[in-house]
Amino acid sequence: MKSINIILKRELAAYFATPVAYIFIIIFLMLSGVFTFYLGRFYEQGQADLSSFFNFIPWLYLVLVPAVAMRLWSEERRSGTIELLMTLPVTTGQVVIGKFLAAWLFVGLALLLTFPLWLTVNYLGDPDNGVIVAGYIGSWLMSGGFLAIGSCLSAATKNQIIAFILTLVVCFLMIVSGFPIVQDVFSAWAPLWVVDGFATLSFLTHFEAISRGVIDLRDLIYFLALITAWLYATVLVVDMKKAD
Amino acid sequence: MIQISQLSKYFDDFCAVDNISFTLEPGEILGFLGPNGAGKSTTMKILTGFLAPSSGQVTILGHDVLKDPISAQLEIGYLPEGAPAYADMTVMAALKFIAQIRGYAGEELRQRIQNVIEKVELQAVLDKRVENLSKGYCRRLGIAQALIHDPKVLILDEPTDGLDPNQKHQVRELIRNLSKDKTVIISTHILEEVSAVCTRAMILAAGRIVFDGTPQSLAAKSDLHNAVRIKLQSVSIDIVEALTALPEVQQVTQDETGMITVYPKDGKAILSAVNAVLHSNNCLVEELHVESGQLDDVFRKVTLAAHSNESSLDKMDNKQEQSA
Repeated sequence: MKSINIILKRELAAYFATPVAYIFIIIFLMLSGVFTFYLGRFYEQGQADLSSFFNFIPWLYLVLVPAVAMRLWSEERRSGTIELLMTLPVTTGQVVIGKFLAAWLFVGLALLLTFPLWLTVNYLGDPDNGVIVAGYIGSWLMSGGFLAIGSCLSAATKNQIIAFILTLVVCFLMIVSGFPIVQDVFSAWAPLWVVDGFATLSFLTHFEAISRGVIDLRDLIYFLALITAWLYATVLVVDMKKAD
Repeated sequence: MIQISQLSKYFDDFCAVDNISFTLEPGEILGFLGPNGAGKSTTMKILTGFLAPSSGQVTILGHDVLKDPISAQLEIGYLPEGAPAYADMTVMAALKFIAQIRGYAGEELRQRIQNVIEKVELQAVLDKRVENLSKGYCRRLGIAQALIHDPKVLILDEPTDGLDPNQKHQVRELIRNLSKDKTVIISTHILEEVSAVCTRAMILAAGRIVFDGTPQSLAAKSDLHNAVRIKLQSVSIDIVEALTALPEVQQVTQDETGMITVYPKDGKAILSAVNAVLHSNNCLVEELHVESGQLDDVFRKVTLAAHSNESSLDKMDNKQEQSA
């Protein structure tokens, strides 16, 4: 636990040691503003909620979270510091968890910084703040899922660009598997349980369920299981590829 | 104590380490020599638990590196090849990170960091980022992080690579002055380093141990071992012939500067015999000394012999190299 904490702190400091963290946060906040107010037609809708923000956040994460995840392991492998790290008295699991938590906290921080949206909507109207909190929790859980996928794929390559693209593609598939368009393709011929199974795997299905304000245990378990599974895969990939 | 038995490592079909076994006792400083790709770094990576061997066993102070890597890693200080370090950290932050991971905190952490900073003289760069360090400082940072927990086993992959002669000397002093209960392995390309710091030399070639002994016995394998070099004011044919005629002498050569080299048979001491010849011929000697042996020479001989066993094609290449 102590080792995880030390690694977490080092990683988190590394984000802020370069302009990368600030650039990420600025882009994230700017895009979330653009999406909410222009594309999401926040004013035109005339509703005191943040649904126009939460509707777009999966797509925002699709591009930005792989950018955070891509350096998790690729950079260690490229620069050779992985040899330093993995010959210290820490287990692979501790390092994987420490790095993941650092990235998750960082993305969470960026998410918290969207609080002016929340202030705005409270100023303009009388929103259901419970739903908004649920939306934030759902968003953060979803970003964890994206990051866990990115962590694993980053461990598989020394090249950050490849890690970025692979993560983006896998995350995209995880989102659209719950989309009506994709669902329609299957529902025409596939048995219902296949369609449902596909939808169950989707980020979107679970995220939307939570962001409607219903925090169902099943949705929580879905995200936590997804994160655990991908992190476990990361441990395997790191042990397999670290010396390449 | 380090025990390695029947260790092998294959990368796909390539055999990087081929069934090597040896034991190291506390107090021994082992110098790993060998051409690039001989398996030095691979062996070190296996010892430190970074790489899993294809077969064989490694124990460090009784801890099986394969089954219980953490216990072994607690005892080991390791400088990986190329001295990797986190580019975005300052030297101080990097040392602090390593010390924390090693379980230190508070006053002890501060003390330990202060200690290694003094030992490898990093004072001038503490607030510099690692990415801005010179190669020499980078290497010293790598050595500092390996020493921070005063490990019983120290494994340094090319600790003096990229250092200037003064820094090299300093690092060698550092290694020599380590307390006597430590077991040290260093790898190097510089042969003099082995005679300067090591108590034991081991040459690897193509993944196998082709020499294991003291640096002195390594030098003794040289043709030049105990050879006598003489420079005379004037050289006559008679002298060369008289020297060649000595029963202990294998061969006498003379280079363009007039330096005569007398090679002994089987590394015998021939100085007195040579001296007698010079005396009886009334030669005026300008220079005379006994060679201890050229390590480069032995290194080539030993490693090329190992390679030539590999394939006849290699052998031809090697011969060309040797004649060149």
